[in-house]
Amino acid sequence: MFAEFGHFALVTAFAIAICQSVIPLYGYFTQQDTLIATAKPLALLQGFALAVSFAVLMHGFLVHDFSISYVANNSNLDLPWYFRLSAVWGAHEGSLLLWALILAVWGVAVSLFSRGLPDEMASLVLSVLGMIGIGFIAFMLFTSNPFERLLPFAPANGQDLNPLLQDPGLIFHPPMLYMGYVGLSVAYAFAMAALIAGRLDATWARWSRPWTTIAWSFLTFGIALGSWWAYYELGWGGWWFWDPVENASLIPWLVATALMHSLAVTEKRGLFRSWTVLLAIAAFSLSLLGTFLVRSGVLTSVHAFANDPERGVFILGFLIVVIGGSLTLYAIRAAAVSEPGRFGWLSRESWLLFNNLILTVMAISVLLGTLYPLLVDSLGGGKVSVGPPFFNAVFVPLTAILVSFMVFGPLTSWQQMKDTRQYRPLIVAGLVSVIAGLVWPTQMLGAYSIASALGTVLALWLVLGTAIDIRQRILEYGSVRVMSRKVGAGFFGMWTAHIGVAVTIFGVAMVENHTEHRDLRMGPGDVQALGPYEVRFMQLEKIQGPNYAADRATFEVWEGTRLYQAVMPEKRVYNASQMVMTEAAIDPGFTRDLYIALGEPLGDGDWAVRLSIKPFIDWIWAGSFLMGFGGIVAITDRRYRRVRARKASLIEDRVAPA
Amino acid sequence: MRRMLLWLPLAIFGILAVFFFRGLSLDPNAQPSALIGRTLPAFQLMELHTGAMLTEADLPSGPYLLNVWASWCITCQVEHPYLTELSKTLPVVGLNYKDQRTAAQNWLAKLGDPYVLHLFDDSGQLGLDLGVAGAPETFVVDASGVIRARIQGEVNVRAFEREIAPVLAAGGSR
Repeated sequence: MFAEFGHFALVTAFAIAICQSVIPLYGYFTQQDTLIATAKPLALLQGFALAVSFAVLMHGFLVHDFSISYVANNSNLDLPWYFRLSAVWGAHEGSLLLWALILAVWGVAVSLFSRGLPDEMASLVLSVLGMIGIGFIAFMLFTSNPFERLLPFAPANGQDLNPLLQDPGLIFHPPMLYMGYVGLSVAYAFAMAALIAGRLDATWARWSRPWTTIAWSFLTFGIALGSWWAYYELGWGGWWFWDPVENASLIPWLVATALMHSLAVTEKRGLFRSWTVLLAIAAFSLSLLGTFLVRSGVLTSVHAFANDPERGVFILGFLIVVIGGSLTLYAIRAAAVSEPGRFGWLSRESWLLFNNLILTVMAISVLLGTLYPLLVDSLGGGKVSVGPPFFNAVFVPLTAILVSFMVFGPLTSWQQMKDTRQYRPLIVAGLVSVIAGLVWPTQMLGAYSIASALGTVLALWLVLGTAIDIRQRILEYGSVRVMSRKVGAGFFGMWTAHIGVAVTIFGVAMVENHTEHRDLRMGPGDVQALGPYEVRFMQLEKIQGPNYAADRATFEVWEGTRLYQAVMPEKRVYNASQMVMTEAAIDPGFTRDLYIALGEPLGDGDWAVRLSIKPFIDWIWAGSFLMGFGGIVAITDRRYRRVRARKASLIEDRVAPA
Repeated sequence: MRRMLLWLPLAIFGILAVFFFRGLSLDPNAQPSALIGRTLPAFQLMELHTGAMLTEADLPSGPYLLNVWASWCITCQVEHPYLTELSKTLPVVGLNYKDQRTAAQNWLAKLGDPYVLHLFDDSGQLGLDLGVAGAPETFVVDASGVIRARIQGEVNVRAFEREIAPVLAAGGSR
């Protein structure tokens, strides 16, 4: 009975979502305040219904209710409880339920934290969120019901969760990523509301800014966690594979990054409005597109766990309604938007405009690189694939240009830069960075390379440029205290995030160019040199895990005559699925990771062993964390909390001073 | 002019949507094989049970299916009932791929044996020559011994209709 209760809650949520999208919208057009006022309670109700539904599915996993087909397919009596909880979103149906739940949670957040927003605006936003909710819940109810029963013959044991997903990474990665993906729906809903209401102004930008930024932060964390998880769990030792699904998360991230910056211009100067609204539509549309690509079986990837044409058709239909509908509305309404302000060539506006241009080009390149195989195939050109060389060729030069904008942009004044002498310290910093770039890579393992030097130069220049910007502002305000009060949290967020970008760039440049990497045949007793270390294969044993059997090797890593560490990589075979998984042994460090993984057994007790030293690899994720953290810092800005006080003066199209 | 430009995003999306719709009906896993249109590469492999040496001369006169399988392969178990059904009308040669002999023998004893011939390729040598990416894979060979199609993954009704039936319809030799 319990599972039916969850199904019932889902149907209820569906009905509520329909009400949430129709009633406030009707109220808006007929100017009935009572109908407009239903939006917030309905959003809360929808959140509650979906939470109940989600809790029921979770309960099914905890108590091993294998009569639920989804539980039987993704759980097992031997699966530890924490993986049973995360297994809820381990496959198609459950992850959709998580998607819908998170969407509803964003709706709840909008109704709770939007007291500064006029009611009719909030009701439009919630109505749009309700429409998206309808689509996702309908998708579940009609094609992928997570509560489907296997009756009357329920299996005695389940088929187990995909071993790849039996990892702490899975507990956090999908919810974070979904928070980001789905969070972009709020920015989208604000854009749609502004289009419907015909008010694309600075106040609209100020309302949507914190929502965009927080969603972007989640997306950043989600992508970083995914990359980290791939690094230590997939056993490949790489950190980014340009896999279609990774790309599907990177594309909206790039667009959302552009959107954050473009919103800044729209809020402060009232410019780029129709461009900003297009970015808001694009960011969410692209995250939906990502879902389509992953869930429809159009592209192959490690993540594609549901290859079902019927589902594909449904998502495509939904995509056409959401994206096609919003772009049509955009084409009709954006025509009325005028761009009042002007700006000179050397102004913060133009730096940000170019920033947007570069980020958009990056996003389009990734999109094309991901879709190209599909396009060629549709045209009858057969199967092709676009590998990392394409993406690297695009990303390296564009990142270099982008970094220079990040250095100059923040120090440039709005409208027109009058005094270019302020650029001098930045140019000096650039020269210092070039010298560092000439010297530093020679200190690293492996040969000197231009790419590594470029990465060093860019990272250092960005850090120095940011420091110069901070110093300039302290000088401007007289003291650190006054400065930190005046500039607002937004600037601190930006500085943190920009330094994060520098840290990530440095990590990428070091890992990609100075990784020492050896694939060897080793058996117990063998000794190999690795960088400054000596790696000894001590022993090999069979061990028994809760739901797997494994070969576990013990390696001792010696530094000269001193034992540095003993590590134990494993090769696991999971009982239920018979899938083989590599558990790499990783010794993380500030300046390098030591990575040892078992490959295939080669007979005679020998194994293919992969040894590598990955310099500064953790900086990639540390930098990403700083970026995401910067976003969180930025939304604590007082300005967003003061909105309420300004409520009275909302009618005027206010353009804030720089 | 500006008004026209605003419709551009919609137009681009429209074109993409058409491609996506086309894409839905294509199988992303299908990999055309370089061997299609050629005869099977020469080989010398042991028989799974007896250990007798087999070469390409021992293959049936066709048309037949060459099914790459292994006891460690889950999908092989999934396709097994359908393959058994097929084997009643069409000979199926089993290429036991990167497997252990006893495990493979037990597997056949437990699930039933649909194969007319058992090639034991523990080192994956023939698999390499065939360009096998993993198990299961199935090659459709026509009456003249030429490979006509390659199915990666499970053999099912859909794969039969799309890949195998056309070869048989053409009299097993095109």
